[in-house]
Amino acid sequence: MSDEILPSLARARQASAKGGNGPLWSLIFETLIRCTTTLVVLVLLFILGTIFYEGAGHISWEFLSQPPSEGMTEGGIFPAIFGTVFLVIFMILMALPIGVFSAVFMVEYAHEGFFKRVIRAAVNNLAGVPSIVFGLFGLGFFVLFVGRNLDYYALGVPRNAAEAQVIELRRTEVRTAAMKEADARALQEPAYTEFIAQKVEASAPIPRRVFGQGAMFWAAATLAILVLPVIIVSTEESLRAVPASVREAAYALGATKWQVISTVVLPMARPGILTGAILAIARGAGELAPILFIGVVYAAPNLPLTEPINFYFFQMPVVNPFLEFMHLNYHIYSLATQSTDTEKARPIQFATTLVLVVLTFVMNLTAIILRRKYGTRR
Amino acid sequence: MNPAAIRARLRHPTSFLSLARERTIEGALMLCGAISIVAISLIFIFLFKEGLQALGSIHLGDLYQAKTVAQKYDAATETTIDLPPQYTFTWQPVSEKPKFSFVPLILGSIGVAGISAILSTLAGLGIGIYLSEIASERMRSIIKPAMELLVGIPTIVVGFFMLAVVAQPTFELFQSLGMAKVYNDTYNMFIGALGVSVVIIPVTASLVDDALRAIPMELRAGSLSLGATRWQTTWRVVLPAAVSGVLAAVILGFGRALGETMIVLMCAGNAPNITVNPFDAVRTMTATIAVEMGAAAQGGTHAQVLFLLGALLVTLSFVLNLIVETIAARFRKRIRL
Repeated sequence: MSDEILPSLARARQASAKGGNGPLWSLIFETLIRCTTTLVVLVLLFILGTIFYEGAGHISWEFLSQPPSEGMTEGGIFPAIFGTVFLVIFMILMALPIGVFSAVFMVEYAHEGFFKRVIRAAVNNLAGVPSIVFGLFGLGFFVLFVGRNLDYYALGVPRNAAEAQVIELRRTEVRTAAMKEADARALQEPAYTEFIAQKVEASAPIPRRVFGQGAMFWAAATLAILVLPVIIVSTEESLRAVPASVREAAYALGATKWQVISTVVLPMARPGILTGAILAIARGAGELAPILFIGVVYAAPNLPLTEPINFYFFQMPVVNPFLEFMHLNYHIYSLATQSTDTEKARPIQFATTLVLVVLTFVMNLTAIILRRKYGTRR
Repeated sequence: MNPAAIRARLRHPTSFLSLARERTIEGALMLCGAISIVAISLIFIFLFKEGLQALGSIHLGDLYQAKTVAQKYDAATETTIDLPPQYTFTWQPVSEKPKFSFVPLILGSIGVAGISAILSTLAGLGIGIYLSEIASERMRSIIKPAMELLVGIPTIVVGFFMLAVVAQPTFELFQSLGMAKVYNDTYNMFIGALGVSVVIIPVTASLVDDALRAIPMELRAGSLSLGATRWQTTWRVVLPAAVSGVLAAVILGFGRALGETMIVLMCAGNAPNITVNPFDAVRTMTATIAVEMGAAAQGGTHAQVLFLLGALLVTLSFVLNLIVETIAARFRKRIRL
């Protein structure tokens, strides 16, 4: 820096020596800058104000708790809220442990060197990858590669035409055998066809695709990778903020490295980790591009639930992450651009946007306040 | 936490078992750390794996200029003869003879990202300077969280806002200003870029703020004591010292704008035109992927070309990121000296 100071000050000396209009220019530029800042803050307020003003009137308990009706021009957005909430729950369940442990490794274990530099570069690049690319990746890797192979090896779903033909051949065999049997029993027409169909479905059903299609689980996995850098960076910051003296005290008491981390460092870093998790959830809830091809649908007839499962005392359906789902962001997007009557659906669009804004803002505000309070940031 | 409390929660490691446990945990943590590397590698591998298959059915040159071969029936000889092939910069993936020229998409992306980079550099620089040099502690504690909130706005909200509230009145405004001949589309490059800058400005602003605040106070004190005004100090001393940090912020903003999807998809008009008029509808690389991937048949040439477009996009952002990293590293090194 020292080689920087003297030329800088020389410039300052020159500027002040010219004197004259210095104060005037200062005034002009500073006013300009104040105006710019005010303008941007006003734009922020205008955006929020408009959405609140236009949307608030349409918010009601019915709107939040009912499915849409009348071709999306009436009714509520409950399925979209449901889909968004469970999507981010699955996402954070995947991302948080990996992100936190990854940060622990970076701060506590990794030595300065090649491996650490590569991880650091990977995290930085991951943060810079355009969100739509995550969408392509999720489709190409999770759905088409992992999902389709799971389907093939676990359920026998054909991956290509040749494999589909094998199944078709087997069905033909079974059908021929069933026809013979039906002839032998001398069945009449409706019963005849039914008998054959039953036989074929029983011994050679067409395997149904379960994993190799867009689904909440893959969408959550894709988003988890997207938010990983957010969690890693904020956890790292909070781990670094834990004073060395506390660690040393724990070591002095005879704790092993992991004991120090798990009983002393991680609990002290909890607010920072929480901040990262909240930011990640807000980010994940605000993204649409990554999940656009991975299971979001305009209208799902049912919530993504399983059949009611028998617990000891009661029956209850559970979220089935391998189904398609509705999503707040996609609801806004498709209502605004693709619905039959975009103007008529405007109040719903504003109200849906308001719900999304409130959801993400509450989370972001909490994160900001937490960060202020525990001051893990510089 | 007091030592007694810590001691109460610890078990003493004396055995071989506990050592093995330590090693296992370290290994597991290392695996978690490696997941980021695996993820970024898989992203590259899968995009290129899917994308490069497209080159089996089309030429690399077709991605630059789409080739159309028309045929004419010649009545005299009763044969069809090939007309000389025509080369056009057309993106027309769903047609009888699909055309896959990336040129309109790349130009659209550069147009939108360029305009929004200019807008967000101007505004972001202003806000960054305000936050770091001008604002009182109290104003700073209001503006800074406001910027952080603005970063947290879902892009779909901005996109919807531009689409529903801004686009139409702007169109009418320009019409009434007598610019109807220039202002061709309600949804255009400029509206898209405006929306994108709303999300980029706070990013640029806080990075500029960080870069300026990294400059030591002594430098400002020296400058002020030589009689320079606060603005002269900012403009001639602080900014030149922080120029590489500011540059990193600007490039990062451009990169973000290049990758922005939903806003341009909703507001930039979605027509793959080649144009220099910022008030024409365009379509970016990101929007193209978003619009067409859902309908493109899996394993078909169209889908593969879209993957290739994604590969191009991720390579671009990788390169931009590398540049930012290099500049930022140099900046940090200089500041520390």
